[in-house]
Amino acid sequence: MHVGDIAMTRNQKSLVRIVALLVAYAVVIALSLALTLHPVLEIALFVAVYVGIGYDIIWKAVRNTIRGNLFDENFLMTIATIGAFAIGEYIEAVAVMMLHQIGELFQRYAVAKGRKNIAELMDIRPETATMLVDGEEVEVHPSEIQLGDILIVKAGDKIPLDGIVVEGCCNVDTRAITGESLPKWVDVGDDVVSGCILLDGSLKVQATCDYDNSTVAKILDLVENATANKAPAEKFITKFSKYYTPIVVILAVLVGVVPPLFDGLWTIWLKRAMMFLFVSCPCALVISVPMGFFGGITASSKMGVLVKGSNYLETLAKANVFAFDKTGTLTKGNFVVTDVFPAENRNEVLELASICEQYSNHPIAVAINNEFPAEKRAVVTEMAGLGIVAEYVGGTILCGNEQLLAKYDVQVPQIEQSSTTVFVAKNGKFVGYITIADQIKEESPVALAELAKNNCTTVMLTGDSEQVAKKVASDLGIENYHAELLPQDKVAVVDQLKQKGVVAFVGDGINDAPVLATADVGIAMGKMGSDVAVESADIVLMNDNPKAIVTAKKIAKKTLAIVKQNIVFSIAVKVAVLVLSAIGLLDKIAFGLIVAILADVGVCVLAILNSLRAMVVKEK
Amino acid sequence: MKKVIQMRNLECAHCASKMEQQIAKLEGVNSVTISFMTQKMTLDCDESKILEIVLQAKKICKKIEPDCTLVI
Repeated sequence: MHVGDIAMTRNQKSLVRIVALLVAYAVVIALSLALTLHPVLEIALFVAVYVGIGYDIIWKAVRNTIRGNLFDENFLMTIATIGAFAIGEYIEAVAVMMLHQIGELFQRYAVAKGRKNIAELMDIRPETATMLVDGEEVEVHPSEIQLGDILIVKAGDKIPLDGIVVEGCCNVDTRAITGESLPKWVDVGDDVVSGCILLDGSLKVQATCDYDNSTVAKILDLVENATANKAPAEKFITKFSKYYTPIVVILAVLVGVVPPLFDGLWTIWLKRAMMFLFVSCPCALVISVPMGFFGGITASSKMGVLVKGSNYLETLAKANVFAFDKTGTLTKGNFVVTDVFPAENRNEVLELASICEQYSNHPIAVAINNEFPAEKRAVVTEMAGLGIVAEYVGGTILCGNEQLLAKYDVQVPQIEQSSTTVFVAKNGKFVGYITIADQIKEESPVALAELAKNNCTTVMLTGDSEQVAKKVASDLGIENYHAELLPQDKVAVVDQLKQKGVVAFVGDGINDAPVLATADVGIAMGKMGSDVAVESADIVLMNDNPKAIVTAKKIAKKTLAIVKQNIVFSIAVKVAVLVLSAIGLLDKIAFGLIVAILADVGVCVLAILNSLRAMVVKEK
Repeated sequence: MKKVIQMRNLECAHCASKMEQQIAKLEGVNSVTISFMTQKMTLDCDESKILEIVLQAKKICKKIEPDCTLVI
């Protein structure tokens, strides 16, 4: 990144300047101690070093004061050091300025490092794209590509835009978008997502969106704007810094003026007042707190979890009730045939069912057709809410629920239905039944167990029947479930849960937008960035994997802990310096001002370094 | 209308929040946020006044942090 490079060279220049002036400073101190210099010469030497190290600060102070910006840190630093000269503390005056510059340098390095880390984490933006124009490959910027253009993507390239594969097949690394480390195999007709990297082979991809609507652009936009939604901790800092500086400055004036009116010790109180000024800048907090949140948000996006604001990260850290939608969230949402009865007539039952279901797109029909593709054709009649009646060469087939068979006076054995059951009859005689069920995602039980271990209550909400819900709940190992819920019932349940604690609702975002909005924090399965999910949820899981919630919660908790450490540590150190210098304990230390400086920039650098930890993602 | 402006040499986070406060007061500005980490200003304002607003914003930034520039 260019901006980073410029900052580096600037930092190198200041480093050279600081080292050179440190040497000069040492020489001047040695001279003033070894030889008895003429007082004027001594002052001149110290002033020379002082101006050398602090001219930019002094200049900024003057310029800002003229423009009406009183009390910025440059101004305070200049006043304090000139004050130190005035009371004859030359060595200290220069040392303070020197330390301030060193601190600033550290701070700039730390900020540059943070910005660089974030830029690297967010390095999913495709720089160029190869487009096929009249049979020729042309290199263009992704923003020039339009809907329907054909792109060529080769091994090692980032897919520039979302699209559909029209030629070729290969392995794709989706880690940057989904956090998933296993490569995904794509073939003609599959959708591919921008930002993923081709591992082998090459693809021809037809763009299905323009650059602004691509997954990469949306993710970057989301993450970069996420900090606009400020967390309570950040709002506290904004308020705090608004009052903190003026209060400390007023206190400094009072300390410098009032006590000496009584005891006449002007120099001592002036020095104490200066220490107040040094710790009057809330920089450590103002930089490190948003930086911590930003780090947390970037780190989770690296793991395939998009967090739309610092506030949601804070809520997620505090969430202790996790309500899950069933279909598509804890389960895969694709139905498969799980059982056929009687087993010895498996093929016959399936064949009859598939003859009935061959023209339907219903998930149950799809499951049956996938299991047994029909060969014989039939004339089918759909009976709404019951099933299908088919006429074919072999006679009449009934395929549907108990009521359908009862309607045609066919006897059905009594069975317990813990999943969707389809009964089949031929020419008025019961043949068998097929059970069809949704598959549980392998990661779901693990995720639920992990959440329970973290003292979170887990609840499953579903529109399915009581029996189906009970079976899935026991398979998942989830304790609480609510079945047969309409969308508005889910809202009511979430409202109730909110009395128990901070509620996170996890859904697929397609039909549960109101529930996502009701919960304290709404989490949606992103289906690789579908619009509805991204818009309605506060947090989006790009890989549809419930385990990512556990990871995101860990990141959120760590981020919040770092932010709290920074707030407590920075305020504690500043208050300590204020109190200690007010009661005169810092007078005994020769370099009292230096302590104050360290409490300012030192704390700031430490807090920034601490915040950098929020960006560290532990790869499993 | 929303506009994202890249900033350079934004070095003090405290200044960024001061800039936000002052730019938000400009006429025609609905909202403004400055991200210190990405050095980006997101300006939501009246389309008809955008030129004037961006120039004013530039001035405000320069006044608060003299080295800070907007890349337009």
